[in-house]
Order: sequence, then structure tokens, then C-alpha cells
Amino acid sequence: MKPRHASDEHRLSRLVNIGLPYLWLGLFFLLPFVIVLRISLAEPQLAQPPYTALWEWVEQGILQIRLNLGNFQLIREDDIYLAALLNSLWVALMGTLGCLLLGYPMAYAIATAPERRRIPLLMLIILPFWTSFLIRVYAWIGLLNANGLLNNFLLQLGVIDTPLKILHTQTAVYIGVIYSYLPFMILPLYANLTRLDPTLLEAAADLGCRPFRAFTRVTLPLSMPGIVAGSMLVFIPVVGEFVIPDLLGSPGSLMIGKLMWTEFFANKDWPLASALAIVLLAVLVVPFVLMQRLQQNDEDGRT
Amino acid sequence: MKRRSWPLLSVLAFGYAFLYVPILLLILYSFNESRLVTVWSGFSFKWYGELLHNRQLLDAAWLSVRIAAVNATIALVLGTLAANALVRHGRFRGRTGLELLLTAPLVMPDVIIGLSMLLLFVALQQTIGWPDGRGFSTITIAHITFSLAYVAVVVRSRLARMDASLEEAAMDLGARPLTVYRRITLPLIAPALLSGWLLAFTLSLDDLVIASFVSGPGSTTLPMVIYSSVRMGVSPQINALATLVVAVVALAVVIAGFSLRRR
Repeated sequence: MKPRHASDEHRLSRLVNIGLPYLWLGLFFLLPFVIVLRISLAEPQLAQPPYTALWEWVEQGILQIRLNLGNFQLIREDDIYLAALLNSLWVALMGTLGCLLLGYPMAYAIATAPERRRIPLLMLIILPFWTSFLIRVYAWIGLLNANGLLNNFLLQLGVIDTPLKILHTQTAVYIGVIYSYLPFMILPLYANLTRLDPTLLEAAADLGCRPFRAFTRVTLPLSMPGIVAGSMLVFIPVVGEFVIPDLLGSPGSLMIGKLMWTEFFANKDWPLASALAIVLLAVLVVPFVLMQRLQQNDEDGRT
Repeated sequence: MKRRSWPLLSVLAFGYAFLYVPILLLILYSFNESRLVTVWSGFSFKWYGELLHNRQLLDAAWLSVRIAAVNATIALVLGTLAANALVRHGRFRGRTGLELLLTAPLVMPDVIIGLSMLLLFVALQQTIGWPDGRGFSTITIAHITFSLAYVAVVVRSRLARMDASLEEAAMDLGARPLTVYRRITLPLIAPALLSGWLLAFTLSLDDLVIASFVSGPGSTTLPMVIYSSVRMGVSPQINALATLVVAVVALAVVIAGFSLRRR
């Protein structure tokens, strides 16, 4: 190989480091959305592939374009889609609040633990995340069943006389969401809380501020970036969640991710599924931009 | 030592119980003799035996492991490159775009990624004839696309925290950038590379939704088999399988922990 200058190598490394990930993500992440948008404007047909082409040359020099807005019209007019969308947002909101209520004290307790205990405690939070998500959701079926372990336990204790119906209700979905997404809330909160300057709290204490008040006036506002980051990491994916509502939820209350799945796999309506994906994306753009903005600020603040 | 507050510690304990009790019960009941998952009728290994004779499940597991390994390896390379770009190349043009493309897959709902990847593959097949049919390669490509974003997060934070003086010293002694990267940087970020690889591996092994969209006939992954059996109801075989998965993961984490500690 012929010798190269360091600056050549630098240029090459720049090209590879920036170019290859860009190329991959552009081709396999960005381009697909353009195609989803295209197919959301097509009509379903019984053929391979099961949607109509948007344009075709009918004769020399005449390009015929057919855009079908019917899918979006259907989504707007049929109440089931709006109800599913609102329910998804509601479940995501409740799930996020639940994760925050449980996750914040946990993250706080870990961040204020003696230093040598922090990493093991954190590992214990991450460990379940490494085992199968599907299996962890499945575990709750056996727990929440009418004749499941929780009901048997409560019956034996005499707390209840008839089994509670929890499985296949909205409550089960909340439990599943909090259970599955808790680590996503705790990790950014922990990272944020350990970065806080402890001298601020000492200053507050020296000035006669009680611990609880110091928490609400100093710690809580300063940990806002962690709260928002964790909340977005939970909220955004939960809006489109499929597995949890499908296995734990009631068949009656629909979520948008499950509806997309049904339109695609059961009804084989690819254009309608695509239109739903576009609607879901449009809804998620706002929280996503918020998250991205915050992350950017956070980094700018650090450098 | 500062007195810890009781309410805080009890929330912590409740949180850990909440995270671990379902998994522990799952493991316990995999040794249950009865078919009824909720009634204990005696200790038995019989569900593990049945698991070993479940051809469909074993095939699916083997396919999933192969996909996960290829996925983790390619995602590791691409994710590390992306991390290099963001940490080492400062404010290049398109930096915000790359950040966006690396954050979006972390939160994007699986149903959207799955559907959009499938539509891409169908469109590609129509226009350039590739991929011819769907299966191993399409699932792997789809998995790499979101795994590489996770790898980038892990490697990036390690690179950013790394002590740059060793690299500068090597540079001053006349080593070329590529040599410095290979001899100094890579060994220093090795723990992050290992956890990035493992993370990508488990993410792929775990994915049901995306694989369901982009798989073809004859390529059923392990989560797809688990899902169809879970839909039929609770089954002790799945408990046994879950126990094995947990055992493998715990083992991998322990090994990784030890090998990192020895460094």
C-alpha cells in the first residue's frame, strides 16, 4: 500500500465515519417514510403488491397521477380511529406519569446512595431490560389472571372474596407500560441527578431552608431536563405500543399501534395502515422535536 | 453517614420488587409439574424436556440467534462510526441531521419502523429486483437500522469521557491516526464496544413487531413463535423458555462484568 499523509487519513476517516452511518440511515430509515407517505395515498387492490401505483404512463407523453385521500378521510370520519388515537395518547400519558411517580424517587434514592452502591443498584434497574420484553409482558398474564397468582394471594389473605378482574382491562395496560418502560425513565433521571451540584443544597441548608423545601426549590427544578428526557423516552414509544395492549388490554379499547397491526395483517389494507402510520408520525413529531431540542441544549451546556 | 429517609428506601424496595417479582414467579412456575400455570403441584423438569423436543421452537431460536449475531456485529461497526463522527469531527455539515437520525430510531414505535421497512423492501424488489423474497437478510437489515442507534449512544458516551492525552501522546510520537485509533482508542473503548454489541444482540433477539412485518414465509423468529403460543394462553413451556433466556442473560452480564473488572 502506498504511504499516505495523516491529513489524507483524516479526510478518509471523516468520510467513512460520517458517510457510512448517514448512507445506511438515509436508505433504511428516512427513505422508507417517503414510501409510507406514497402508499398512504394509494388504494388497496388484490394483487402483488396489494396497492395501486400512484402514477402511470397511459400513452405517449401523458402521465396519469391518482392520489387517493380516502384513507385520511376515513380516519377523520370514522370515530374508531380518533378514539384509538386519543386512547393511545391517554395510556402513554398515564404510563409516563406512573413511571415518573415510581421512577423519580428510585432514581433519587440511587443517586444519593453511597457511591460504591450506585453502580450495582443501577445494574439491577438495567438487568430486566436485557431479558425479553415479550416474556416480561407475558409474565403479567399469569399474575393478573382471574385465577392468577395475585388473585389467589389476595383471596388467601382474605382481602377480597371474589377474584378481581384486572387482566384485559386498562389497568393491566398501565401496569404493563410502567413495568416495561421504568428503566427508560430512571436512567436519564439518574444521569441528571448525579450531575447536580451538591453545594447548592448545602447553601440552601446553610440559609435555613428545610430539606423538603430545598428539594422542591432546588433539586426538582434542576432535574427538569432529566424529567422531560425520561418522559419522552417513555411517552413516544408507548403511543405506538402494540404488544402490551394486545396481550394485557381489553379487546374493546383500541390503541393506534394495534389498529395498524390489524389493518395490515388481518385486513391486508396496506394503504390504510400506511395512512395510520403517517397520522401517528404527525402526532409524535411535537414531543420528538421537544426531546431533540432539550438534548441539544444539554450538550451545548456541557461543552 | 447521612441518615437515609425511610419513605425513599421503601419506594426503592417496592420498585425493585415490582421489577423482579414477576420474573422470579415466572422462573419458579417453570418447574411446576401442573399444566395449570397458577397451581403448584410439584417440582418437575418436564417442560424443559418438552422444550427440547419442540422442533419449531428450536429452529426459530437458531434463526433468531444468527440474525442477532450478524445484526450486532454490523450495528457495532456502524454505530461506532457514527459515534466517532459525533465526538471527533466537531461541527460538520449535516451534524444535526445525523443526530436526528440517530435519536429517532430510539423512540420510534416499532409498528412504524416495521411497516416502513417492509414497504421499502417491497418497493426495492419491484424496482431493482432485490431483495428477492423476505427473511434472514431483510430482518437483519431492519434490526441493524435501530440497533446501530443504541450502539452509537453507548459508544458515544464512552468516547466523550475518554482521556484524550494518550491519543495525543501517540500522535506526537508520530503515529498515524488510523494506528492511533486501532492501538489506543479501540482498546480504551472496548468495554463500551462489548456492551454495545450485547445490547444490539438482545434487542434483535427480543424484537417481535418489526420482524413480523419484514419476515417472509419460512422465516419465523423466536419472538414470533412465543407470541403465537402466548396468544393461545399461558403455557409452562414458555415459562421454561423464559427461564433459559433469563439464565443466559444473567450469565452474559456476569461474564461481561467480570471481564471488565479485570481490566
